[in-house]
Amino acid sequence: MSAIELKNITKTYNKGTVLAVDDVSFSVEKGEMFGLIGPDGAGKSSIFRMLTTLLLPDKGTATVGGYDIVKDYKAIRGILGYMPGKFSLYQDLSVEENLTFFATVFETTIEENYNLIKDIYVQLEPFKDRRAGKLSGGMKQKLALCCALIHKPEVLFLDEPTTGVDVVSRKEFWEMLKRLKAQGITILVSTSYMDEATLCDKIGLILNGKILSIASPADTVKAYPEKLYALKSSNMYKLLTDLRNHDCTVNCYTFGEYLHMAAKCSEQEIRKYLEECGHAEVEFKEVTPTVEDCFIRLLKEKSNNGNGNKSK
Amino acid sequence: METVIRANKLTKRFGDFVAVDEITFDVHKGEIFGFLGANGAGKTTAMRMLCGLSIPTSGEATVAGFNVFTQPEEIKKNIGYMSQKFSLYEDLSVVENIEFYGGIYGLTRKEIREKHKELIAKLGLEKEANHLVRSLPLGWKQKLSFLVAIVHQPKIVFLDEPTGGVDPYMRREFWDLIYDAADKGITIFVTTHYLDEAEYCNRVTIMVDGKIEALDSPAGLKQKFNVPSIDEVFYKLARQAKRSGD
Repeated sequence: MSAIELKNITKTYNKGTVLAVDDVSFSVEKGEMFGLIGPDGAGKSSIFRMLTTLLLPDKGTATVGGYDIVKDYKAIRGILGYMPGKFSLYQDLSVEENLTFFATVFETTIEENYNLIKDIYVQLEPFKDRRAGKLSGGMKQKLALCCALIHKPEVLFLDEPTTGVDVVSRKEFWEMLKRLKAQGITILVSTSYMDEATLCDKIGLILNGKILSIASPADTVKAYPEKLYALKSSNMYKLLTDLRNHDCTVNCYTFGEYLHMAAKCSEQEIRKYLEECGHAEVEFKEVTPTVEDCFIRLLKEKSNNGNGNKSK
Repeated sequence: METVIRANKLTKRFGDFVAVDEITFDVHKGEIFGFLGANGAGKTTAMRMLCGLSIPTSGEATVAGFNVFTQPEEIKKNIGYMSQKFSLYEDLSVVENIEFYGGIYGLTRKEIREKHKELIAKLGLEKEANHLVRSLPLGWKQKLSFLVAIVHQPKIVFLDEPTGGVDPYMRREFWDLIYDAADKGITIFVTTHYLDEAEYCNRVTIMVDGKIEALDSPAGLKQKFNVPSIDEVFYKLARQAKRSGD
């Protein structure tokens, strides 16, 4: 039995005029970490809200821990932990009060499941009397995770838990998730940081309410259809504009200190073209695509189909 | 090279807490200046002082030639500011937002009319021009709010995490707009948590516990710390931070 299973889930808003989730099916196995990757407005949060029984689907069925999200919503609420995208703890309660509150609601105590949150809570303990509203972004996120974990859920739903959080806190957060996964907790997480996608067992790319691909990060990358090159020169802006004007360029964009170029032709042809354009000393190498490259490719396709924007 | 921001031992204390601790740096005209740091390092406090919103405790700073202690109102007229949290009026249409901000910054009716045509065309938002901003996807909102922040051709624009939560394709389109503005001589002062974006800056500072711990070009920083990426430079510095809290 899968820990989470969606079959043909559809959700519309405004009397059917806005299609938020469009016939989505996927499953997450027990103990798996599944990443839902997509831009703002793709439908990620709607999926989270339906699975956490806060919203009813228009069509389709879904189960969490074997329970139906409509019929068995009460049972599901007891076995899930949910960290919404927006900080939703009580700002006027202290760190400790928030945690006690959530433990009490789930008819447990902080002591009973302390081992599960211990690693995270020790970092919060120095601030346990501080009001939640006065915590830093990284600390708020840790507290929200503790509150979502205090009743030892079977399935954890994390909706963009690291947006607006700095790199150091993000790394720590993912270390915590790894430890939770090792304890057998199933995790569904969404993120807009592509480097985090790589840390999931499986990722689903979602756009306009539709799932475009579901695979492991390694397989997602393998499916990239073109050759991808990384280029660098002293005049990056000219390099970018020239490459975008080349016939065999499928896509060209900045990628950290390099440009990434997806191309249909060989390295020699591109080199020749660059010489003609007057570029000297271009650093040039073929690279393995990252999840970010795959995602950019899908978004580019969508934008080309969507509004006829022909920029490369 | 013309200097548009000059900070010398700029400090802000809140009681015993030193939020910003004697930071010193110059920013040149047309430069893209990346201002990085962990949550709670003091970036927002520093930025608020430079925008004329918070009077420093000690030190000196001039922004666009005006003194942050004595001429904060002049500073506000000569800068643009955009943050992820507040930028546009959701209940106004795209065109109404442009007109509103144009009016606030004292553009004439004729200038506003020209601006709104120019911006709508630049963003390809012809069809959505009269839609409420609320109905736009986040990436479009961010692009629009950037262009609105520079509608009065300021000398400097301050961008506080402009691309948070935006997808990788839109982030790049956003940076195309930044390059374009910098090319036209507008100085860009930007904070971000996406460290690949640090590579797009001419120079980058990294703040730790209220102090500037590093200031150089991205290539210079990587060389100095002997690591292959800005990620690792940041990680090395920010991990030593003793305080946490915004």
